[in-house]
Amino acid sequence: MLAFLIKRLAQAIVVMFVISIISFSIQDNLGDPLRELVGQSVSEEERQALRDEMGLNDPFLVQYARFAGNALHGDLGTSYFFKEPALDVILKKLPATLDLVFGATLIIIGFSVPLGVYAAINPRSMFSKIVMGFSTVGISVPVFLTGIGLIYLFSIELGWMPSFGRGDVGHIFGFWDTAFLTSDGLAHLVLPCFTLASIMLPLFIRLIRSEMMEVLQSEYIKFAWAKGLAPKRIYYLHALKNTMLPVITVGGVQIGTMVAYTILTETVFQWPGMGFLFLEAINRVDTPLIVAYLIVVGAIFVITNTIVDLIYGLVNPTVKLFGGK
Amino acid sequence: MALLEVNNLEVCFGLRKGEVKALRNIDFKIERGERIGIVGESGAGKSVLGFSIINLISQPGYVSQGEVMFEGQNLAKMNHQQLRSIRGNRISMIFQDPMMTLNPVLTIGDQMVECLMEHRTISKQDARNIAVQKLQQVYIPSPETRLDQYPHELSGGMRQRVVIAIGLLMDPDIIIADEPTTALDVTIQAEIMELMLELCERNNVALILITHDLGVVSQVTQRTFVMYAGRIIEQGPTKEIINDAQHPYTQGLINALPQMGVRGKRLHQIRGAMPSLQSVPVGCAFRERCDYAIENCSHNVPDFTESGGCKVACHMVAELKREEQAVKLEIKGGAQ
Repeated sequence: MLAFLIKRLAQAIVVMFVISIISFSIQDNLGDPLRELVGQSVSEEERQALRDEMGLNDPFLVQYARFAGNALHGDLGTSYFFKEPALDVILKKLPATLDLVFGATLIIIGFSVPLGVYAAINPRSMFSKIVMGFSTVGISVPVFLTGIGLIYLFSIELGWMPSFGRGDVGHIFGFWDTAFLTSDGLAHLVLPCFTLASIMLPLFIRLIRSEMMEVLQSEYIKFAWAKGLAPKRIYYLHALKNTMLPVITVGGVQIGTMVAYTILTETVFQWPGMGFLFLEAINRVDTPLIVAYLIVVGAIFVITNTIVDLIYGLVNPTVKLFGGK
Repeated sequence: MALLEVNNLEVCFGLRKGEVKALRNIDFKIERGERIGIVGESGAGKSVLGFSIINLISQPGYVSQGEVMFEGQNLAKMNHQQLRSIRGNRISMIFQDPMMTLNPVLTIGDQMVECLMEHRTISKQDARNIAVQKLQQVYIPSPETRLDQYPHELSGGMRQRVVIAIGLLMDPDIIIADEPTTALDVTIQAEIMELMLELCERNNVALILITHDLGVVSQVTQRTFVMYAGRIIEQGPTKEIINDAQHPYTQGLINALPQMGVRGKRLHQIRGAMPSLQSVPVGCAFRERCDYAIENCSHNVPDFTESGGCKVACHMVAELKREEQAVKLEIKGGAQ
């Protein structure tokens, strides 16, 4: 276990290093930060002095070294717009985004496993065909369109759901807030979560269905039938456990990707999360904030993948993470 | 009454191109404790026959005609629930490749205990004890530890022993072994066959051994059925079939075996290949590869003729027998 974590940590450091270089080099190509910082009235000499003071005229490597040194101390620069440390600004929005991702993940797991398994066991049934048809549509429709469509139907026409914002939030552990704790927050979560899930859900239904169909053809499933076992046990233990191995791997990567998809969902629903903030930061050329966002998202990717690998090791006995024989 | 009686069994596969008959007119009986062999080339329908006995033919195959009578019940007409009480309980199966038969994500113990708990009302601990007993019977060292291991931790030969132990769990009446040694290396093959023979004899279990290995058949079985293109073409006591095959196809198979003491000669080969089941020719399916085919072979499917101790489906049996005897006489005459 310890050896695995150390190895993972080393990998994570390499990945984060690469991400930091990439996101830092973007800075230079996002236009002049001075234009955002200071108004029209400031003269060119003063601007030049400010640039020198901020180190914007130093060579790239010097600037990067300074940035990396600060970053290691948790300082990713100060947001030009908020005049606060960029990391703090991002982290304040993190709970809102994770609410969305968590809700969407619950929806994906809750729907994709039963639907995918059903479609694999009864490939010819009408219901399976309908599910598969809808999943094709779901994959092809872009997230923002799904979001707008849901708002139109459920908020405007039917008036069942709020159309924007996060609603009331509850607080846990003293520092974390989540919309899952209040009924108002939950109502606000429904549409954005379904929107965010709309891309991944069909993908997972299809993935689980095709994996399961393949597993059901295998010899060990045939052997299980020959042992006279109950269909329930064969489908939900023998077949499903093997089906989930590749699904877990893909799933981990996709949860990371979903953090990125929140940009669109949050924009459509005016959700006060990281993605929404990121788009605003781009509009304002708030470079420290952009860099901080990229690094935080990169870190989330690394963390989720590590967790997924741990889970995979628990499910698949042929993978020994924890030393062993 | 025979333990298992297969009458006029026919199995079809509904393909897009139309129905394909994988088995036709299969008739045989097996008594309690008897061991029979079913031999033939790949694609002759041996495995389908094995699976059709417990009605476990893969989609889109189904039993289209005939019956499989087991203790007065027709397995071919049973519903799923009834079949489950037979499968793995009264009739168990051993598959070809032990690397593929065991579920890779469940422990050996899980896969044994679940079978016992399915068919008996029994506590988990008792089930484990029985599992340990059965693992001992197949000579697996330290069976208690094995129960908590996963299939990938065992070698191929060990895994096949585990599969055999699972087959024996419920003390079945019949074991159907579908090429149980094909995927193992030669030394292990012999061990496994010896083990199966011993276990069947000791527990008075009937064995249906499906294989293409005539050597294995002669070692283990009492009667042999030779299959070709979905039909049984020759049947009889194993000794007779090995020593004195009547059907030209069986003769070809036996001549194709390498023999001790014969060196430097090319092995005999049956020319051509078995016809695809989608286009089995009218008449005798073997006639295009047969050296003795006559006009009648291309019109009528030969019925079984008694010859020696065997039943042979060939129009030329009598002629072949006469010829063979003539040759024997000649050899004798030459020796004198």
